[in-house]
Parts: sequence; structure tokens; C-alpha cells
Amino acid sequence: MKSSVITFPGSNCDRDMDVALKKFGFKNKMVWHADAELPKSDLVVLPGGFSYGDYLRCGSMASKSKIMQSVINFANSGGMVMGICNGFQILVETGLVPGVLLRNKYLEFICKNVFVKINDKKNKYFKNVDNEVLEFHIAHNEGNYFCTNDQLKEIEDNNQIAINYCDENGKIEDQFNPNGSTKNIAGIFNKEKNVLGMMPHPERMIDASLSGEDGSLFFKNLINNLK
Amino acid sequence: MKISVIITLKKDVLDPQGKVIHQTLDGMGFDDVYEVRQGKYFEIDTKETDNNKAKAKVEEMCKKLLANLVIENYKIIDPK
Repeated sequence: MKSSVITFPGSNCDRDMDVALKKFGFKNKMVWHADAELPKSDLVVLPGGFSYGDYLRCGSMASKSKIMQSVINFANSGGMVMGICNGFQILVETGLVPGVLLRNKYLEFICKNVFVKINDKKNKYFKNVDNEVLEFHIAHNEGNYFCTNDQLKEIEDNNQIAINYCDENGKIEDQFNPNGSTKNIAGIFNKEKNVLGMMPHPERMIDASLSGEDGSLFFKNLINNLK
Repeated sequence: MKISVIITLKKDVLDPQGKVIHQTLDGMGFDDVYEVRQGKYFEIDTKETDNNKAKAKVEEMCKKLLANLVIENYKIIDPK
């Protein structure tokens, strides 16, 4: 399976993602934002970081960079595109997934492990994951998911919520919402579910001795689903 | 020609920064404030000399980049 990780000026989780993808069998290529052509890929990843210093709105500048037109075309033709953290912010700015990510409700940068509950498994990202709840890491200042009421209705009607913040038992409540996100949303899909944006970083949970293994579960499962 | 744009958050969108500014003002003794909403201001100096054309271009900029219409409104201020 071939993957591509896009590096924008200010990306800082691109190499972590490269390590994670390769560890679980992807042949990964790093792609520079100013390139026009996307290499042949089964999965494209927009990594975390602070592209363009978060100027204007997080992800807004990166969403207009040269490579993004190819990424948008790839996504619109059914290609798998996953945006993590800043990558999620870039995805909402392109309009590939609905909504926006606002400043965290309590104005603090949050860096900690969280639990997320998988809301939908009828997609290539989470199909066949045995667990209902995964422990991932979050590190962001603008992760407060917001959308209009009309968008929320559409998202819910189409079952586009991918994961919600919860406790270790999968209970989704306000007290387990780290950033004020609408409905505890931590990640969402586009309508067709080939595009996934999420704030948590699975690539930070791929080593038992460093963090945890729930990211390993995610990536192992993902590559199997793509085969 | 210089054209100015003001971008504000829509009414129902939470503005935590505005809230904190409000609280701070309150603590400084400005205690008669109902609400503070923070926005952005842009000055765009364009080569275009026709007022209407320039405004139309800036409007396009607002829609495509300067504002995110899910959460923000923009207001173009007439050049003097």
C-alpha cells in the first residue's frame, strides 16, 4: 500500500506520521506542499503541526497551497484522505469535511491523552477495529469543533461523526469534552467516508514503551482495510 | 486604492477571547460592558482604480480566503 504525507511549512508531525505508516507496512512518500502532482497513493495524510504559523485561521493558508488542488481532486474521486490535527483544520478549510475548528473553549493549549469512542465502523478507517474505545493523544489550541445547526443535522443524518471524546468506558459526556466541541466531536467524515479529519494523533500511540498501542491498532487495521 | 474589511464572528459563535477581554475590562473597573466580540481588520491596497471593481474583487477575497463563512461575516468599507 502506498501513502503520501504532505509537508507544509510549519508541519511538525509529518515525520512521526511517516514513521507510523512505514511501521505498519505502508510505502510512504513525503510530498512538498508546492508540488503540483500527487504520487500514486492509496492514502494521503495531512499531518499535524502549525502550517503557516496558524496565520489568519488555522489551516486556511495551507488549504490554498498548490498540492491541495490535487488532494481535493483525489478525495473527490474517492481517494482516502486523512487529516490529523492541523490536517483536520486544513480539511475543514478546503470544505472537504463540514464545519470549522474554533479556539478551545477554555483558551488553553491542551496536550494530553484522551479516550475516543468510535461512532461508525462502516468505513475503511475503523472497519474491523475490535475496540469501541481508543486512547489517543491530543495537542491543540484550536480543536473546538463547530458547525451550523443545518450542518449538524446533515452530519448526524449521514452518520458522519467518526469519533467522540468520552471516558475510558465509552461514556460520552460534557465532562469528557476537552475543548468544547459540539457533541464531543473529535473526528468527522465527508459524506462518502473516504475523507477523515480528526484532532487526536494516532501516530503518537504506536509504541508501548513510549505511549500506548491504540495507534498501532488503528494503523494495522487501516492497512488491512485498504488491501 | 485602499479597501478595508472587517471580519466578525457570527452571532451564535462562541468567542472565548472576547469573553476574557470582557472579564478583564470588568476587573479594570469598566463594569458597564454588556459583551465584547473580537474580530479582524484588513487593509487591502489594490492596483484597481475603479471603486466597484475593487470592491467586487475584495468581496471575492473575503469569500475565498479572508473569512470562513461558516462562522464569520465580512463587511467591506467604502474607500474614501
